[in-house]
Amino acid sequence: MGGSMVIGQYVPGNSLIHRLDPRSKIIVIFFYVIIVFLANNAASYGLLSAFVLISLINTRIPIRYVIKGLTPVWFLILFTFILHLFVTKEGEVIYQIFTLEIYSGGVKQGLMISLRFGLLIFMTSLLTLTTTPIEITDAIEALLHPLNKVKFPVHELALMMSISLRFIPTLMQETDKISKAQASRGVDFRTGPIKERVKAIVPLLVPLFVSAFKRAEELAMAMESRGYQGGEGRSKLRELKFTLKDYLIFGLFILLTIGLIIIRQ
Amino acid sequence: MDITFKNVGYTYQAGSPFSHRALNNISFHIPSGSFVAIIGHTGSGKSTLIQHLNGLTIPTEGTVQVGPFILSKEKKEKDIKLLRSKVGAVFQYPEHQLFEETVAKDIAFGPMNFGVSETEINQRIQEVIPKVGLPEALLERSPFELSGGQMRRVAIAGVLATQPEVFVLDEPTAGLDPRGQKEIMNMFYELHQTEKVTTILVTHSMEDALKYADHIIIMNKGEVYMEGKPEDVLLKINELRRVNLDVPESILFLKNYLKKFSLEDEVSVKSIDELADYIQKTYKGDYA
Repeated sequence: MGGSMVIGQYVPGNSLIHRLDPRSKIIVIFFYVIIVFLANNAASYGLLSAFVLISLINTRIPIRYVIKGLTPVWFLILFTFILHLFVTKEGEVIYQIFTLEIYSGGVKQGLMISLRFGLLIFMTSLLTLTTTPIEITDAIEALLHPLNKVKFPVHELALMMSISLRFIPTLMQETDKISKAQASRGVDFRTGPIKERVKAIVPLLVPLFVSAFKRAEELAMAMESRGYQGGEGRSKLRELKFTLKDYLIFGLFILLTIGLIIIRQ
Repeated sequence: MDITFKNVGYTYQAGSPFSHRALNNISFHIPSGSFVAIIGHTGSGKSTLIQHLNGLTIPTEGTVQVGPFILSKEKKEKDIKLLRSKVGAVFQYPEHQLFEETVAKDIAFGPMNFGVSETEINQRIQEVIPKVGLPEALLERSPFELSGGQMRRVAIAGVLATQPEVFVLDEPTAGLDPRGQKEIMNMFYELHQTEKVTTILVTHSMEDALKYADHIIIMNKGEVYMEGKPEDVLLKINELRRVNLDVPESILFLKNYLKKFSLEDEVSVKSIDELADYIQKTYKGDYA
């Protein structure tokens, strides 16, 4: 496959953000998503953007790579902007094309909403860029642990998540392999009328499903034969532990929130 | 069809943190009608290399020429489907590509895509089924009811039915039982002999390479490490061991045999049979 998708793609590294406890990353990002909605003027947006930008630079992942990888999302952001541009009717008219009037409020609103959108996406992809899927599921399991009290199957949920995450690359490889084999047999996935291209998916999907089911069965058998038993009493290979840097990040984040409340209008 | 690689290089995901150089400055020429074995340790770039042969991968540097088709980054070949109809590819575990309701339909899938008429297809199915050693009774069964070995044969039959001029085989017998391996390889060899199909075989089996190929290309770390006649290349024990490859048993035996009996003959053997013939000759004189 093209492989240029950044959403969900872990890039190995050894930066401060890479080494943070995955729980702190999830907590910070969760609250960041909330405080983004506090911002309502240039200064507060600037502060939020600075936070994302500094984090991004800290990871040492080439920014160009991140931006290029989020291409599908850029269209969404652009679309949001244009929608706000034409729909919002506040402030004064600053431009007029035929009967369409663009208001200053529309520009402002459009910019803010798209920036908000962009910040959310950058921040959340920061998590997946710097954290392995295994760490993320471990963290989610730890964070959801209290729900065990109400008989919520936290461990099973985490297991399901880690298994499905684990098999994404495998399935991608499988797709690549099968599509190459079928292309060699004359299937054309890329050109031709839509109807033909939709039909061309069948020779790809059937073998993919067959192998996915086979894999699931094999995995279940392998787990059972090694005596797998989830949840209760199972110890962990990787213990999650908060360290100084995690507390520092929490502190920094609280400062950010306070700063935001002060400078917003 | 002649096949020429000229300074071919290929980089996966160029320009990302995952960029990975798989092929580097590869040049060679395969004359029409030859049987070439490509050997190399895992990750040496064999599979990437053969994907260039039917335009699944376009080189990021240099050019690949297959008959009249030219593949390069600058000039995209327009009729890639025509190229694929001439180059039949059997990849690793080809049974994974089966998807139709019946064996017959799956075999017909390739030829149908390449625009072969229905009567012609039916005729071809009748031809290829005995070639791969399948009973005709299986034709109306679902391919998913068959055993692994039978599925493999169906997949191979599907490629044979397109009647290519070039065969690209990526370990076509991996995972089959020893007898099945022999049958399939002999079948390909016979096609090569009788119909002059240019065959490119990727294999881990030095024995197969020695037995069938008339030219060997040894790959290492994305480059051509050695190239030449199998009898010559496979004798270079030290060079082969340096890239983690073994020497065929028959050649090892021959070398030891020559040493133990202090013989200084210049001999080359391609198989156990030829080895036996040679030993017989040394025992009984030339009238074997």
